[in-house]
Amino acid sequence: MDTETMAAETRAKRPIRWHVGVFLAPAVLVYTAIMILPLFGTLQLSLFRNIEQSQVFVGFSNFRTLFGDPNWSVNFWNALRNNVWFFIIHMLVQNPIGILLAALLSSPKLRFTAFYRTAIFVPTILSFVIVGFAWKLILSPIWGVAPHLMDFVGLKSFFTPWLGKEQYALTALSLVSVWQFVGIPMMLIYAALLSIPDEVIEAAECDGVTGMAQFWKIKLPLILPSIGIISILTFVGNFNAFDLIYTAQGALAGPNYSTDILGTFLYRAFFGFQLQVGDPNMGAAIATIMFLIILAGVCVYLFLVQTRLRRYQF
Amino acid sequence: MSTATHSLPRTIGAHAILITYTAIALFPVILVVMNSFKSRAGIFGAPLTPPTPKTFDLIGYTTVFGQGDFFHYFQNSLVVTVASLFFVLLFGAMASFALSEYRFRGNTLMGLYLALGIMIPIRLGTVAILQLMVASGLVNTLTALILVYTAQGLPLAIFILSEFMKQVSNDLKNAGRIDGLSEYTIFFRLVLPLVRPAMATVAVFTMIPIWNDLWFPLILAPSEETKTVTLGAQLFLGQFVTNWNAILAALSLAILPVLILYVIFSRQLIRGITSGAVK
Repeated sequence: MDTETMAAETRAKRPIRWHVGVFLAPAVLVYTAIMILPLFGTLQLSLFRNIEQSQVFVGFSNFRTLFGDPNWSVNFWNALRNNVWFFIIHMLVQNPIGILLAALLSSPKLRFTAFYRTAIFVPTILSFVIVGFAWKLILSPIWGVAPHLMDFVGLKSFFTPWLGKEQYALTALSLVSVWQFVGIPMMLIYAALLSIPDEVIEAAECDGVTGMAQFWKIKLPLILPSIGIISILTFVGNFNAFDLIYTAQGALAGPNYSTDILGTFLYRAFFGFQLQVGDPNMGAAIATIMFLIILAGVCVYLFLVQTRLRRYQF
Repeated sequence: MSTATHSLPRTIGAHAILITYTAIALFPVILVVMNSFKSRAGIFGAPLTPPTPKTFDLIGYTTVFGQGDFFHYFQNSLVVTVASLFFVLLFGAMASFALSEYRFRGNTLMGLYLALGIMIPIRLGTVAILQLMVASGLVNTLTALILVYTAQGLPLAIFILSEFMKQVSNDLKNAGRIDGLSEYTIFFRLVLPLVRPAMATVAVFTMIPIWNDLWFPLILAPSEETKTVTLGAQLFLGQFVTNWNAILAALSLAILPVLILYVIFSRQLIRGITSGAVK
């Protein structure tokens, strides 16, 4: 790291400040070696192909295969489409529920809020393995808990084995994921609502703005930066998701690939599954696409959303 | 305060919604734990009732303890989590101290560089990480996992800790300097104890994803020796698909330690998340 020499230049009268380097070195080294270099290594690998035991530079040929070759492209576009749907469900269900719960929790003088907060956050700390399997059991027609419960509200006739049907499986799993992570938007919005100064609320009340109107006109605009943050967190999390689908439906993301998302597709391409042989270069190409998607999302957030909303500083 | 904001019907409505959602959040957990103490007939005959003397049965637990090497997996998870946590906190605190305390050229740039990892998931580099671990002979070792999780946890840790490091009084540090303390002593003796609450928050944030991760154990350390409890549970559940007693018992065993830790640390965690508000 050049920090010592740089520091020496700025304050020539001082000796080289070795301690700055010593403080920074371990973190920067581990971070660079295990995270940044492999990330670029992966991007680079996507431009190569293993031909006769050696890596040969092939330009964008892997990407052409991914987008054009029917052996790959059908699965790729399917995974991408599913991933977008996965994200849309999260944005439409998880975040509004999170905001609603946070708004209720932050209402003044409400009792037991600590209990509610703690309880609603429980699913978020559980591992995907637990969540995936527990829901698989609950939704299973063999056990019959779900139809039994639906019978209470007279909806038993609507029950089908959702995880086993192509048209419902992805939506069902998205909702399970929403169930698991709703605690995060709830907490972040709750924090934002608590940080609104009392004077603002009191001023609104003096002007007769209370209840729902107060929420829509005063509080919601003030928590927009937090909504921006949870949106980008959801975006990054969703386009990087893997564990829940893998635990609930396996690497093949059944039934008939209907729950396949980019994470599971990457896993299959990289490691191979059943008859398909693993291909690190194609895996790297898929990881590169995921990287570009996430990067695009983060850039949109940083340059379009965040600059307009201000407050959040890097 | 106007009375309109907390009139009775509104309060009841708020409680009703919150109770409903709490029930939705807790129902699967309670259901799994409850049924793990039942016989097979009890599980299928009356899934929604708590175990009665007639249906009470520990067969699931005996199967799990007889089959899987859960204690060993648990140990692996513990080693990986504690070691990664230690390095994340130590390296993270050191780096954030350097970034917030000293002015040097490239400071902001270094901060941005380290913050990159908050948004870009480390998982995307998996292909090259695996090659790196194969080349250095670290595949199927806990060291590989510890290294990866340390790198994964650092960006957020540095980001959060920098905020808190800035709040430590300058007078205190300068007083230390006048007394002739070295920069290292100032950091370890004066600053670290003062940011301990922030460290606890970072610890909780870092710990949960590490403990629950399935991806890296599956790819970097899938051997019997190095399996973590999350991976072990996943494979175990795959093998015993039809043995419901064993599955429910294994799930309960996986839930309980996390749940106990959570109940102990939940105040810390929630205060950590909401601390942005109090700041």
